[in-house]
Amino acid sequence: MASFLKSAASAGSAAYDSFRRLPGRKFEPAETDQLVLDLQAALTEDRVRNDSAQRALMSHDASVFDGGNAGPVCYPETTDEVVAIMKIAERHDRAVVPRGAGTGLAGGAIPLGDAPVVIAVTKMNRVLEIDEDNGIAWVEPGVINLDLTNHLKPHGYHFAPDPSSQQVCTIGGNVANNSGGPHCLAYGVTNAHIMALEVVSPAGDVLQLGGLDPEPLGLDLRGVFVGSEGTLGVTTKVAVKLTRNRPGVRTLLLSFSSVRDAANTVSGVIAAGVVPAAMEVMDARITEAVENYVHAGYPTDAAAVLLAEVDGLESGVDIDADQIRAIGLANNATDVRLAADDTERALLWKGRKTAFGAIAQIAPDYYLHDTVVPRSALADVLEEVYAIADRNDLLIMNVFHAGDGNLHPLIIFDGRDPGVLDRVHQAGAEIITASLDAGGVLSGEHGIGVEKQKFMSRMFTDDDLDHQNRVRQAFDPVCRANPGKVMPMGHSCADIQQLRAVPRDVWG
Amino acid sequence: MSGDSGSGDSSSATLHSTDPVLREFAELVGETDGVAVAGGRTRWSAGGELDSAARVIQAPSGIVDYVPEEMIVTVRAGTPVAELHAELAAKGQRTGLPERGGTVGGALAVGENDVTVLGRGTVRSALLQVRYVSSEGRIVNGGGPTVKNVTGFDLPRLMVGSLGTLGCLAEVIVRTNPIPTVSQWYLASDADPFASYQAVMAPSAVVYDGTNTLVLLEGHAVDVDQQAGELAATGSFVEVGPPSLPTGHRWSLPPAELKKIATHDTGAFNALVGVGTVWAAKPQPARTLSPEVQAVHDRMKMQFDPTGRLNPGRKPGVNR
Repeated sequence: MASFLKSAASAGSAAYDSFRRLPGRKFEPAETDQLVLDLQAALTEDRVRNDSAQRALMSHDASVFDGGNAGPVCYPETTDEVVAIMKIAERHDRAVVPRGAGTGLAGGAIPLGDAPVVIAVTKMNRVLEIDEDNGIAWVEPGVINLDLTNHLKPHGYHFAPDPSSQQVCTIGGNVANNSGGPHCLAYGVTNAHIMALEVVSPAGDVLQLGGLDPEPLGLDLRGVFVGSEGTLGVTTKVAVKLTRNRPGVRTLLLSFSSVRDAANTVSGVIAAGVVPAAMEVMDARITEAVENYVHAGYPTDAAAVLLAEVDGLESGVDIDADQIRAIGLANNATDVRLAADDTERALLWKGRKTAFGAIAQIAPDYYLHDTVVPRSALADVLEEVYAIADRNDLLIMNVFHAGDGNLHPLIIFDGRDPGVLDRVHQAGAEIITASLDAGGVLSGEHGIGVEKQKFMSRMFTDDDLDHQNRVRQAFDPVCRANPGKVMPMGHSCADIQQLRAVPRDVWG
Repeated sequence: MSGDSGSGDSSSATLHSTDPVLREFAELVGETDGVAVAGGRTRWSAGGELDSAARVIQAPSGIVDYVPEEMIVTVRAGTPVAELHAELAAKGQRTGLPERGGTVGGALAVGENDVTVLGRGTVRSALLQVRYVSSEGRIVNGGGPTVKNVTGFDLPRLMVGSLGTLGCLAEVIVRTNPIPTVSQWYLASDADPFASYQAVMAPSAVVYDGTNTLVLLEGHAVDVDQQAGELAATGSFVEVGPPSLPTGHRWSLPPAELKKIATHDTGAFNALVGVGTVWAAKPQPARTLSPEVQAVHDRMKMQFDPTGRLNPGRKPGVNR
């Protein structure tokens, strides 16, 4: 995607653009020798990487955005080491960028500005304790999402958020992005599954946020920390809620001759008072791409397929599954298939969860969008999305969390085509506009990062943004943590030039 | 820049509303003197003594918009929860707000969960979008109108349980969820409540008073029957009508601590097994924050209410 990256960068957020224009010092190893030496003294030499290959690697994440400038990359193993890193960074007047697996799609983990210290938490990857009496597990931030669920399985539990990247992404990243996933329809996104956090503040203090009790004392700082995209500090321990595995699961695959019928079925199911564990829609193009290599028996002649799953007790899930089938048929479903066993269920889900990889057979590059619209507007917005694609002479596929109105239009292209990048960005902006016009929001699970900063004022007034900025200020008055993200230009910490030495008494 | 002019973009009209009712409330809140918003006064002592000089005002009331198939409702903060839930029940829905009297805004500001929190969800997860009047008298919007949203910092979470010390709640969008087909309470005086809680897959409530265990099962009739059978293995449960609501001081304990409830000086109590909320005759001993977390709290208060005019005298978490 190399050819895309450059243009993507130039079309990035306002803060990002300003970064590109910055004359700022270029990272020079000689200049930071003392910083590196200090970090290596606090950790170990091999866990502070300063070679150009490592820094180049950490200058990107899974997003299309380029232009990151990573400083030394630290791999702490303990909270104390994170504290030490934070204090050394402060002493050297350097920002820090927390990083999990780097699977974020909004550029949240890209280090901006003067070679920030990257704090990669991937070596903090232990499940510390399963505390069934308190209904939680204490885990370190580098634990991989799917590893956690597999670890909990013998105990009869799982961690509910299940992003498509769950084989790779970390719990710390899930906390930073308030991650979702197909099964968040019934169970809620990450914030509903985090009871307590240990975080290291930008000043190097260790803070316990939230608690194992239902109403921890004071303000819900845990609640605002989750989803703050690494701008309020570094997560070092997480108490995740244990969700009991349900004995009964039914997975249905419904086929439709129009996307509208599929969308109407989704609205109909919710209106009927059924809350499935998941409701996912794939359009014809993506279904065909997936079927080509998964061979799950997805119908390649349908305009859309709806993958619906209900869970609970054995008898009750049959009632729910029957109801979904009836609502589907009433909305012109051409076929309804019930997964016969776990193997068939796993195969159907494999198709859904690997959909983004499947498009490589069609075109080399893709740009995955993420907006949310009211469920009742799904069909109309999807039609508009297809029209946007036509207008911009692009191929768009749709695979999305239909149950909660979370669209994931996937723009597929070949970055070698002259002029295609401008059209890709134009289409992206139009999709965002269409979603907001329908009463939706900018992001359902990818976050803002550098991708959508410039769109924040489309959804929020200056007063709204000012108050979001106050949260940032309360945690991080000097913009040390992940500067240049989330907040649009004009707010503190958005413009990375504002990173300065600590004003006197600021930590009060 | 005024709170409603925003980008001037029609696409954001729902968020940048110039609703005269909210404007009127913003004027009522004003910009300078001490002010407190009264809801139903069911938890009026929460947070300690209100500064006697503070003006006491009411938030606007009424259901603004209800779309059952979106599972959201837009409601003004002064609306009684009972009124809201009556309207929702007609469409087979409810919310995570507690049914104990009081208003929507009061319930959110206090953050107390319903007895049936395991079934209906927490208050903190119920709030999707919040419009409040800031200490500067501005209308501020946080969150968004969809069930899923990670756009920017989560102001709604910050507002829940903040006792109106960061802003005066004016209008909110709350998530709704379906009322189960069957709701049935069961009572036993010989059960181990912790065994009962473990025995059934998804109880909506397990309440223990030291002798009696009350369990609420909800869902399809077949599911409730099956779980009632599992429950019977842990005690001589009989079907009973809905119990009266527990009263008293509200404690917040880690759920595991309930196994040692006898070691706490609660007096008569009702404990929510699996949750950790305890309603007790005696108040919970004062809890404290670490100095580092307290410092973040203090900075947050300074950011949102630099002159300390919002619900003056009160502190979240005190005197519950």
